Amino acid sequence: MAVSSATPASLYNPQFMDHVNNPDYNYQLEDPTHVHEGVNPSCGDELTFSIRIGDDGTIEEAAYQGHGCAISQASADMMSDLVTDRTPEEALALCDLFMRMVKGEVTDEAELDQLEDAALLKDIAHMPARVKCAELAWRTLSEMLASDGEA
Amino acid sequence: MSLTAAQMAEIESSPFKQDFPLLSQNPDLVFLDSAATAQRPATVLDAERRFYETMNANPLRGLYRLSVEATAAIEDARAHIARFIGAVDEGGKPLSDEIVFTRNASESLNLVAHTLPEVVGLGPGDEVAISIMEHHSNLIPWQQVCRATGASLVYLRPDENFEITHEEAEAKIGSHTKILSITHVSNVLGVENPVAALAARAHDMGALVVVDGAQSVPHLPVDVRELGCDLLAFSAHKLGGPMGIGVLWGKKQLLDAMPPFLTGGEMIDSVTETDAVWAPVPAKFEAGTQDAAGSYATDAALSYLERFGMEDLERRERLLATYLTDALAALPFVHVIGPSDGSRHVGAVAFNVEGIHPHDVASILDMSGICIRAGHHCAQPLLAWLGESSTCRASVAFYNDKADIDRLVEGLNVVWSVFHGRQ
Repeated sequence: MAVSSATPASLYNPQFMDHVNNPDYNYQLEDPTHVHEGVNPSCGDELTFSIRIGDDGTIEEAAYQGHGCAISQASADMMSDLVTDRTPEEALALCDLFMRMVKGEVTDEAELDQLEDAALLKDIAHMPARVKCAELAWRTLSEMLASDGEA
Repeated sequence: MSLTAAQMAEIESSPFKQDFPLLSQNPDLVFLDSAATAQRPATVLDAERRFYETMNANPLRGLYRLSVEATAAIEDARAHIARFIGAVDEGGKPLSDEIVFTRNASESLNLVAHTLPEVVGLGPGDEVAISIMEHHSNLIPWQQVCRATGASLVYLRPDENFEITHEEAEAKIGSHTKILSITHVSNVLGVENPVAALAARAHDMGALVVVDGAQSVPHLPVDVRELGCDLLAFSAHKLGGPMGIGVLWGKKQLLDAMPPFLTGGEMIDSVTETDAVWAPVPAKFEAGTQDAAGSYATDAALSYLERFGMEDLERRERLLATYLTDALAALPFVHVIGPSDGSRHVGAVAFNVEGIHPHDVASILDMSGICIRAGHHCAQPLLAWLGESSTCRASVAFYNDKADIDRLVEGLNVVWSVFHGRQ
């Protein structure tokens, strides 16, 4: 039988916990251009993600509100930081990379470096029950940009 | 209540773990999720293998010796199950015809929900009573039945002590009630419902009584005559048998009156181009090739439990549940959901860690080799009623010991320190 090789320190490490306990982007965004809600009904995770796209076409500011497990919340905080100052196309590409990482399809460290802090979540690939938690913010952002859910 | 030193000594270690290959081969594993599925003793695994090695043939059909042996294996299992749940005649002879094999307790309950309404003539103005504690398996089928027939679904709710009172029974089970379908033991709260009293009330009102025994048959001595129910559903995998075997017990007259659920091979006496005559029960409800090896292995699972006796196993499990409940309640950051008296928990104890999502709790415990359940436990209406979106649940079986629970407590301290730093 495979006993989990991860230890609490490997995923729930201080850097990860800092996103949980001291999030930088957990607030209501003023004058958002796009707002989208994401839910994981089976977990009770709920997230409202908002962005404001500036005149230059990049994401000027990103923020989220909601509640759920530490993984869904930390993931939203990491993503908000990552997509700030990116174009929607760049953000979508990062979402795609993140989703492939948590499914275990991308393991190349250099490629994952693009995800900055969010690369901390690569061990989720070994925790299939938690993939949905990690993905929630990214799925919400992808849906928002794909449907161009303007506020 | 707390355990005496003598009681504590009884659960100090487990003489049973050596019989369970998965537990004996993984001594560092702490398995506290038996309410989801039990571990299986080696005798059950051996039986499954022995069936295919020594008596494999399609039961019922063949006229040759192997098939006759396979058929006998199923029929022996049927008789054993009947004895195990007290389905016997005055002379103590098992009423084997009252045992129907299904795939699981959910299928047993679906069988009942699809066939019983016709027997009772369920329609608008009638009521089906269930409790708020039902697993989705004993809830959604009745929602569907009520939607299709125009009957109303009525919920029995426990009081602040997690008891369904006499007053609640009188208020909710009345002259409009045609069916009462209730769980014997809640898979979340772990409490045992007063099924015998509820069944008596329902029968006084002319209703039929279905019991979901998925969480009780593995842990309590269950006697259908004492429960006074008309139908009982449970599954083998929660009592150490294989996955894929469910049981429906029903009073013979009632099973005779119920129409078939699945149709096809094995369940008919004769078929013409336009009509079919059903086989007598239980064959009427067993369309297609049955999991004969699974039935045979279920027989072995019951023999294993009987080696110790359900009364003694229940006693040990109550001590374990009491120790577990007390240990959880002693942690300042843990909130037990359900009775504070641990001896009222049949196997399962639900709890939450203050401010930490149950999925994070379960993931961090998993990293220390501790298995618990986290989520809504297929009982979303109950959780909504309790005001929780999800909970943790630890559940014990007789093969657990005090050390398993001590490891859980250590693990929960780690969970707390991960989120809040060292105490």
